[in-house]
Amino acid sequence: MTRQRLRSIIFWSSVALALLLMLLPLPSFLESFKPYWPALVLVYWALESSDMVGLGLAFCVGLAADILYGVMLGEQALRLCVVVFLVLRFRARLRFFPMWQQALAVFALMLNDRIIEAILLGFAGMHLPPPAYWVAPAVDALVWPFLFLLLDDVRARLRAHEA
Amino acid sequence: MTLNRDGGTLFSAGMAGTLRLLGYLALASVLMVVDHRGHWLPKVRYAAAIVVEPIYQLAGLPASGLRAARVAFADRRMLTEENHKLRVDLLLANARLNHMEAVSRQNRRLKQLLDTRRQLGMKVQLARVIDLDLGAFRHRLMLNVGTRQGVKVGQAVIDSRGIMGQVVQVLPDTCTVMLVTDPDHAIPVTDARTGMRTVAYGSHVAGQLVLPTIPVSADVRVGDELLSSGLGGRFPPGFPVATVTHVEPQVSGMFLVARAKPVADLDRSDEVLLLRDLAPPAGPPAPASVDGPPSAWAPAPAMEPGTHRRRP
Repeated sequence: MTRQRLRSIIFWSSVALALLLMLLPLPSFLESFKPYWPALVLVYWALESSDMVGLGLAFCVGLAADILYGVMLGEQALRLCVVVFLVLRFRARLRFFPMWQQALAVFALMLNDRIIEAILLGFAGMHLPPPAYWVAPAVDALVWPFLFLLLDDVRARLRAHEA
Repeated sequence: MTLNRDGGTLFSAGMAGTLRLLGYLALASVLMVVDHRGHWLPKVRYAAAIVVEPIYQLAGLPASGLRAARVAFADRRMLTEENHKLRVDLLLANARLNHMEAVSRQNRRLKQLLDTRRQLGMKVQLARVIDLDLGAFRHRLMLNVGTRQGVKVGQAVIDSRGIMGQVVQVLPDTCTVMLVTDPDHAIPVTDARTGMRTVAYGSHVAGQLVLPTIPVSADVRVGDELLSSGLGGRFPPGFPVATVTHVEPQVSGMFLVARAKPVADLDRSDEVLLLRDLAPPAGPPAPASVDGPPSAWAPAPAMEPGTHRRRP
């Protein structure tokens, strides 16, 4: 019971932190390289405890992100749904990948996500993003191992602390 | 246990998952279309302001904390240097102000001569920039004033050097400003040297304006100052907007294309001014309603008996 609650606390705070991180200002030359934090965090939780993350939750987190800093209502909801769906579908395989393969998979996921975003922005009649925008998936893949280890560590520590 | 979930009835689970994905995708698409048509997002954001605004403030904290820390830990030499620089700036500004005052006095005289009825008194409101990243390729700022401080959509935003942009969205205590460099933004300008009028658009390249429709015969040179022309009624006339940095013929050869650098300090401004008075709308003034004789001819209203009696 308490373990469940502990886990949900970590989960929700990590999601909230991811949303805040997206709002954090960066120097303008770094802006295009900003990782898509909410997606990374959701990927982690979808891999580690798939009973917490479903499409509905991805949709809700996406809506919250849209309200906070979105261009259109529903855009990030759609993107996060696609990401989480793909992870859940290939979860059994992804979980047992070594770290570098996982990072590659994250790269592919995020590249796919960027393509979807570009298409959606195109449909909405907005300008296509600058070339640097396509570098972000690589940054996502680089950040992934650290995020994974960090969240794993936090969870392990809290579990040990509780026991 | 979780592993069993993945195995087992893999096929049916996959089908159900796909169907649910399709459902959510459809829902998201409907939302996007509705939002695109009806511009829902600002309304939803406004409704959720009670939750959203504290989050914005929270996300802005690290930046303001850094600023505070810089002030607290800046060493003496740096402060002295900055102080010196500010003193020089102040002197310069004062000199300029004196000059401006003389010009303004002359202007007032001329205006009185011309029997201008309205005095150009400009009301401004000071606002602080909340440091937030509202998307990598959207040139927006967030300010710490909103509906409660009387901000309206369409107000021009300036800093000490020139025009920065205009308010596009207002929440109770914050508002969003579209900068002049936003690809969706356009501002009518005149060339200060030649008086040529054109329109400056935002561009994809950060910190650059594009003037794509200059006649080939026009005289535009690198270094020309562009002032707001006041056409269209959004921005007041005569404020510096940008300086021309490149001029080249368009690919088709029909027009010249100029690139310009905004004068306002778009990246670094901490404090900005919101012009309070919206520029008067373009077009002829509203017709004065003259029904019947002037009110001056009306007979003085009769004193009401009740008020009369009560008076000592």
